[in-house]
Amino acid sequence: MSQERVIPSPPMSVEHKEFWEAASEGKLMVPRCKDTGQFFWYPRKVSPFTLSNNVEWVEASGKGTIYTYSIMRRTDPPYAIAYVTLEEGVTVMTNIVECDFESLAIGQAVELIFRESEEGQQVPVFKPAG
Amino acid sequence: MSIKGKAYIAGIFEHPTRKAVDLSVAQLHAEVAAGALADAGLTKDQVDGYFCAGDAPGLGPLSMIEYMGLNKLRHIDSTETGGSSYLMHIGHAAEAIAAGKCSVALITLAGRPRADGMATGTKPRNYGADAPDVPFEYIYGPTVVNMYGMAARRHMHEYGTTSEQLAWVKVAASHHAQHNPHAMLRDVVTVEDVLNSPMISDPLHRMDCCVISDGGGAFIVVSKEIADSLDRDCVKVLGQGETSKNLNAGQVDLTFTGARWSGPRAFEEAGVTPADIDYASIYDSFTITVIETIEDLGFCPVGEGGKFVMDGNLISGVGKLPFNTDGGGLCNNHPINRGGLTKVLEAVRQLRGEAHPKVQVPDCRLALAHGTGGSIGSRMGSSTVILGRADA
Repeated sequence: MSQERVIPSPPMSVEHKEFWEAASEGKLMVPRCKDTGQFFWYPRKVSPFTLSNNVEWVEASGKGTIYTYSIMRRTDPPYAIAYVTLEEGVTVMTNIVECDFESLAIGQAVELIFRESEEGQQVPVFKPAG
Repeated sequence: MSIKGKAYIAGIFEHPTRKAVDLSVAQLHAEVAAGALADAGLTKDQVDGYFCAGDAPGLGPLSMIEYMGLNKLRHIDSTETGGSSYLMHIGHAAEAIAAGKCSVALITLAGRPRADGMATGTKPRNYGADAPDVPFEYIYGPTVVNMYGMAARRHMHEYGTTSEQLAWVKVAASHHAQHNPHAMLRDVVTVEDVLNSPMISDPLHRMDCCVISDGGGAFIVVSKEIADSLDRDCVKVLGQGETSKNLNAGQVDLTFTGARWSGPRAFEEAGVTPADIDYASIYDSFTITVIETIEDLGFCPVGEGGKFVMDGNLISGVGKLPFNTDGGGLCNNHPINRGGLTKVLEAVRQLRGEAHPKVQVPDCRLALAHGTGGSIGSRMGSSTVILGRADA
């Protein structure tokens, strides 16, 4: 396997402070609307279901399956971008790392792992489960 | 109130350049504006409505209105939904005309990503932390190509769509482009050529991707009274529908586009069905964009877009649905990474009988133009327009 793509640091917004603090502790937090009990993605402090700020953070199990993916081959190094459906029911954009690109498949089980970004922020990504 | 029959497209112009080394973005806008006005037989000071989108430099309409000296405006609209903007502008112009807010609307698009060396398809764009989705997407390297690649992969998984079927879209576009002297890619290609072109981001090969080009285009939407006063053959606006589709709070489905919602609205307003359409301009940023869009517009059942496009079914004179007879974004041009406006231009040429004779649809009476903006892999704008001959 070739060298792995270095993840750029996430642009920081005041809205996402808790999310990235939890990530630094190795936790993937998923927002849930307390009005409806539904999880949603991407993280925001406003519920897209009710437009209220009655939103809580819940730690994800870290288990998911690949909804779809693509291998970007025109960059050095190449990398796998994917949408992964979490056990919590939301589908999130991510990278699949520590994998053989040619053996990735839709429906494949993946699990949470973290990578340090260019400027040191822990960032959630996924790798094949097991 | 409906816009049906309330507005007409009186003039069009497509800039012939594909690499504008010696022209500024503002100059390109002005040149396409002048070209469309000349085609209609109108003058600058008759323009009382101006429409542009995110490709307009500086403060958008404010900058371009000043630059071009548009001093008689009563109506301004800078609706920005990426490549679909200009197809929304048609509907909005028709609404404004129907409401008496303007009678001669100018819509322009122009840019020079090629001259500027922009890595359009393979470099992630960072819109900054104020764009709420960016912190959770940009870091993973989403580019134009791999986002559409993910949509294509899922469509293949759910419906059995194949790379060969995707390739047929490009093959059809290339058959049309050979007759367009301005097209960037004029060589007729085969399915094998597409499959043998380098993989950019699975499953999309280089030839599954549109060209990156400079240039632009413009068109003029006018009231019936103005249309009746002109010598030029005007095309009637019959219906328009628009929407946006996105990641839906994490309930993601990349197998369809906003056309599934904008299409039926346009058909209903026009009072026609997909079977009535003689010619279709379909947004073709990538081959998968066409396959999903023709399903969503009802030209074939959902999931059968791949089968539908095979064996030249999109080639004028050969297949059931002649599409993008100028060569489209896949072969002709895709100015400033926005292919919507040029979709209108070829639909107007077809309805006027002014497409190249080798690709002209005989007795073309009803045409559809569809635009997609943003990305079918995340959030997109979508606008469908139905146009007809003046007597339609």
